[in-house]
Amino acid sequence: MSLFFTDLCHYPFLVNAVAAVALASLAAGMVGSLVVVRRSTYLAGAVSHSLLAGLGLSRLLQRRFGFEGLTPMTGALLVAVGVAVLAARLSLRGRQRADTVLSAVWTGGMALGVSFVAATPGYQDDLMSYLFGSILLVTGPDLMWMAALDIVTLGVMAVCYNRFLAIGFNEELARLRGVHTAFYELVYHVLTALTVVLLVRVTGIVLAIALLTLPAAAAGMLTRRLDRMMTLAAGLCFGVSLLGLAVSYAPGWPPGATIVEIAVLVYLAAACFSKGQRTG
Amino acid sequence: MADNATVIEVDNVCFAYNGQEVLHNVSFEIRERALVAVVGPNGGGKTTLLKLLLGQLTPRYGTIRVFGGAPEAARTRVGYVPQAAPFDPRFPVSVRETVLMGRVGRNRLGIYGREDRAAAGRALERVGLTDFGKRAFAELSGGERQRVLIAQALAGGSELLLLDEPVANVDPEHSGRMYALFKELTAEVTVMMVSHNLSVVTGHATHVLCVNHTAGLHALGEVASSTFTAAFGGYLTAIRHDTSCQVLDPSASMHVPHHGEPVNSHP
Repeated sequence: MSLFFTDLCHYPFLVNAVAAVALASLAAGMVGSLVVVRRSTYLAGAVSHSLLAGLGLSRLLQRRFGFEGLTPMTGALLVAVGVAVLAARLSLRGRQRADTVLSAVWTGGMALGVSFVAATPGYQDDLMSYLFGSILLVTGPDLMWMAALDIVTLGVMAVCYNRFLAIGFNEELARLRGVHTAFYELVYHVLTALTVVLLVRVTGIVLAIALLTLPAAAAGMLTRRLDRMMTLAAGLCFGVSLLGLAVSYAPGWPPGATIVEIAVLVYLAAACFSKGQRTG
Repeated sequence: MADNATVIEVDNVCFAYNGQEVLHNVSFEIRERALVAVVGPNGGGKTTLLKLLLGQLTPRYGTIRVFGGAPEAARTRVGYVPQAAPFDPRFPVSVRETVLMGRVGRNRLGIYGREDRAAAGRALERVGLTDFGKRAFAELSGGERQRVLIAQALAGGSELLLLDEPVANVDPEHSGRMYALFKELTAEVTVMMVSHNLSVVTGHATHVLCVNHTAGLHALGEVASSTFTAAFGGYLTAIRHDTSCQVLDPSASMHVPHHGEPVNSHP
C-alpha cells in the first residue's frame, strides 16, 4: 500500500485516479443516499447496465463510420438520460410495470452493447474496460468532464434538496403541499443517471451500483439525518475508493473490483455496529 | 357558532369507482372552527370523501366547494394529515425537517427562510413538541408522529385539517390527549377527522358526520348512540334516531335518483 502513496508523488496517472474517485464520490454520496432511502436501487442498476449500449454504439460509430466527436462517455450520457426519462414516466404509472420495463432496459441494454462491441473493428479491449472500469487510465479531459457533471449534480441537489426530502418522505403529502412532484421525479431520475455515468468511469458498469449504494447504506446505519448521511456517504465512498486503489496497486489487482470488495466490508461493519448499538 | 363562515359545502355529491357507487347524494355543510368526527363502517366511503374534499377525486354528480371555491384551488389552505403508521420507519429525517415540509411548496426555490423556521417552531409549540425538533422522526411513538404531522399541516398555514384516523395506532391515554389537542386547535382552525373511537368522539367533537354510502351531519347534541348504530351497520344497541339521518338504511337511500347532470370529467 505504501508503494501507491510513494508513486502518487511521481506519476500523474495516479493523481488523476485519486482526483477521479474524489469527484465521483461527491456525487455518489449525495445521490446514492437518495437512491438508498427511496429504495430505487433497481433504477440505478438498470441505468448503469443499459449504458453498455451507449458506450458500444458510440465506439462502433467512431471506429467504423468515423464519428470522432461521439466519445463512448457521450454515448453513455445520452443513453443514461434517455433511460432516466423513461423510468420517470413509468414511475408515475405504478411501480410494478416500471420494474418489468426496467428489467427489459437492463438486459436489453447489455445485450445491445455486447453486439455493438462485437461489430466494432479492431482489438476488443473496450468491453472489459466498460464492464469493470479503467480508473488508472483517466485523463485530464476526463477529469474536466467529471467535474462538470459534479457541479451540475451539486447545484441541482442544493436547490432541490428540501423537495426531494419531502417527496421521499411522502409523495402524496408533498403534492398536496404544492410540490410539482412529476417534475422533481424527472430531475431525481436524471441526477441518478448522471451519477451512474460518473461512477462507471471509476468502477465500470457492473460495479457502479455497488459504489452508489453501499457507502450510502452504511452511512444510513450510522445517522438518521439525510444531509449527514450524504456527507458521510461521500466520505466513505472516497475512503473505500482510495483504499481500494492503494491496496490493489502493488499486487496489480483490478482496482474497481478491489474498491467494491472494500465497500462491501465497510457495509458489513456498519451493519454489525448498528446492530450492536440497537441490542446494546 | 351559527355565525361562522362556511368552510365546506357538499351538494348532492355522487362518486363511483368503476361503476360501483361509493357515495350517493351526499350533502352537508361545515362551518369554521367545528370539530367534525367522520364515522362509518369500512368501505362506507369515508376515505373517498376526504379525497373528494382534497380535490384528488372529482365527483360524478354534484358540487363540492371548499372555502368557497373548487377543492383544488383551496389546497394551500387545507392540511391533510394521513395515518403515521405507513411511513418508512427508517427514513432519515428530523422532526423539524418534517414540520418544515408543510412549507415546502411555498416558494419557488424551495429553500427555507427565517419565516419558515419561525412558523415550524410555532407549530411544534402548538402540538407540545417544542423540544423534539432535533429528534429523528423514526424514533417517535405513534402519537408523537401524528402530532408532528399535524404540526406540519399547521406550519403550512392550513385553516382546515383533514385527519385520517389520527389515533389509529395510539394507546388510549395518548389518544385522549390527542382529541384534547384537536379541540384546542378549533380555536383557530376547522378540524375534520375520521375516527373509530366513538366514546372519545362524543366527548370532544362538535359535530358527527355519519358516512355509509350516504351521509348525515349532526350537531353533537342531536346524536344518540343509534346514530352510530346505523352508521356502523347495527352491532351497537339502538336507542333513538333523528329521522333526518339518511344512513339508517343506506340501501334504500341509494335508490334515490341523482340530482342534476353528470360532471363532464366523469361521464
